[in-house]
Amino acid sequence: MRLSVLRRIGYMVLIPILAVFSALLLGAIIMWIFGDDPLAAYRGLWTGAFGSPRAWSTTIRKMTPLILTGLSVAVAFKAGLFNIGASGQFLIGSVCSVAVGVNFEGLPAFVHLPLALLAGVAGGVLWGFIPGALKVFTGAHEVIVTIMLNYVASLFAAWTVYAGGTQGQTPGPLWDRTAGAISRTPEVFMSARLPWIVPEPYRIHWGVAIALLVALIMWWILFKTTLGFSTRTVGANSKAARYAGINVRWITILTMMIAGGLAGLAGAIETLGLNHRFAPEFTGGVGFQGITVALLGQTNPIGVVLAAFLLGALEAGAARMQFDSGVAADIIQVIQALVLAFVAAPLIIRQIYRIRKPSDQVETTVFSTGWGR
Amino acid sequence: MQRTLRVTSYLAIALVIFFVVMAFLVNLTPLGENTWLRVFFSVSALNFTLRASVPLILGALCGILCERTGIINIGIEGMMLAGAFAAFVAKTSTNHWPLMPSLLFGVAIALLVGGLMGLLHAIFSIRYRMDQIISGTVLIILAGGVSAYLFDRNAVAQGKFGAIAIPGLSQIPVLGEVLFTNPPLTYTALILVVVIHIGLFYTRWGLRSRACGEHPRAADTVGVNVNRFRYMNTVLGGMLAGLAGGFLVLEAVGQFQEGMTAGRGFISLAAMIFGNWMPFGAMGAALLFGYTQALQNELLLAGVTTVPRQFVSMIPYVVTIVAVSGFVGRVRPPAAEGKVYETEGESE
Repeated sequence: MRLSVLRRIGYMVLIPILAVFSALLLGAIIMWIFGDDPLAAYRGLWTGAFGSPRAWSTTIRKMTPLILTGLSVAVAFKAGLFNIGASGQFLIGSVCSVAVGVNFEGLPAFVHLPLALLAGVAGGVLWGFIPGALKVFTGAHEVIVTIMLNYVASLFAAWTVYAGGTQGQTPGPLWDRTAGAISRTPEVFMSARLPWIVPEPYRIHWGVAIALLVALIMWWILFKTTLGFSTRTVGANSKAARYAGINVRWITILTMMIAGGLAGLAGAIETLGLNHRFAPEFTGGVGFQGITVALLGQTNPIGVVLAAFLLGALEAGAARMQFDSGVAADIIQVIQALVLAFVAAPLIIRQIYRIRKPSDQVETTVFSTGWGR
Repeated sequence: MQRTLRVTSYLAIALVIFFVVMAFLVNLTPLGENTWLRVFFSVSALNFTLRASVPLILGALCGILCERTGIINIGIEGMMLAGAFAAFVAKTSTNHWPLMPSLLFGVAIALLVGGLMGLLHAIFSIRYRMDQIISGTVLIILAGGVSAYLFDRNAVAQGKFGAIAIPGLSQIPVLGEVLFTNPPLTYTALILVVVIHIGLFYTRWGLRSRACGEHPRAADTVGVNVNRFRYMNTVLGGMLAGLAGGFLVLEAVGQFQEGMTAGRGFISLAAMIFGNWMPFGAMGAALLFGYTQALQNELLLAGVTTVPRQFVSMIPYVVTIVAVSGFVGRVRPPAAEGKVYETEGESE
């Protein structure tokens, strides 16, 4: 009994590690095929991610939003929902937090900052509530609705900061009036900014502490509370959950709201901690990466933190890699896609490395049971 | 179900007639002096609509082929981008050829690479039983990464497909200009709609494909090789998405830019759903979505600034959400979509 539990945990850890290893190996082969030097590239990647205190700080900075978007996707997975909309929720979170951050001058920081963070969370919650409620009440599949909401969110965000046009189009409500033709918001007031833990030039802000704390809370909720148990039961077998008296509809809506709130918090933290403003070139790309983080972390909050650290390191090292070795930083995106492919299809990894699966392990996580229902 | 379909198709026909009449009136009579009418019905707006719709039509057809056989495909965006990049590479490396062969070579390579992306999607989701939505996501990230990694920013593609006027038909006022004076891939897309509609609903292949998507066990029982059909149609679908990418590079823009599909794959998905997994429905939806893009353009040209363009752009997405929520005539996806099919006793 004890042994089988150990073996299961080993399997859960082994697959992600082998997936990352295989992705890096395949990435190296691709680089080699197209005439780049993979060794130089990975050396640069390592230096850029861990080579100096500066590099470490970049890794931590890149990791922070990934923890939260990864949690967002992971929590939804736990309830059998696929939140592909973390990027939209992220954007709405950013815009809402900025809206509070650039207004209310003179509020003390201990009111203004939490208010701005809460606004971001609230925006994300709303953006998660829509697909959740539509799924429960009309049967609309959350994947379609969240994809569409991503675009609505990014257009909405673009409108709020829109500078107006040369033909006198009305500028958006959050546009920075001093920016001329540039579409962007003003910087948020000092009282709404997340303070630095380690100041310039390292620029690590308290967001990372918030993200880690939230991960811990999510772990506690998922594995130590009735709510978490219900959520996981709904995800494992929603029919059984209904027979056991769990309110599946409510859990579905609530989970999507929590997922949205987490991604919204990521947007708020990224904006209030780092960028201090919103501009249309900030995309919700980290929301999309959240899918990779969540699956690499085996949808476990602790795993998500580790996965976010790894992906954050890849992102952090990319610039240095391109500078040192001349390999285009875009190869990182290829590697991320491969990581996602390998963790999502453990069968590939098992075949390559000839691993037998533990007998009681569920093989694949299939979330998509058709569109309509 | 049957009834809703009939009502919507009458509505669609009425709408088309309305548009044709208005287009004639606005472009041939003094009614065209009115700014708003010109914005809505000018020849340039209708031309723009068709141009913007072609990749959406092809993408939606890709989705229909995959999903009718039971493979969810949210990776259209990635397949399209891969096709676009492949077409660009093929075109730039054959710049020294005469224009037509070089362009046709570009189309062929776009089809090939799109098909390979389809094959990858099929292998992931059938052979390796990956969640099909995640597999689609992998394709999107992969195409974005690979095309950016390999993109040579100094390469320039020379020339693109020009318009071919169909003799006789192109002389019809307004209609001739909009419908019968187009580059070849536009005609191809419109013809493909008819071909795939007939294929799906009037041939043995179509019946079997749809059976695989609705009730694979039944299809298997009567001797249809479900997974072979799924492989075949996903590859075919990938080729169509690749063609959509080829259209962007070889016919619409003439060059490649990173991430140039810019969400068209997702709008195609929306068009497919809004069109209820029917080729003509999807075409109608694609035209509607293309029209919203044309409107933005025309509004800008006409100097109308009261409507923020971002809100006009939102229309396709909002309309799709409304459609899947069943507020206006419920759409119904193939029943067995997204489920791995195993013959009995096969599970490992």
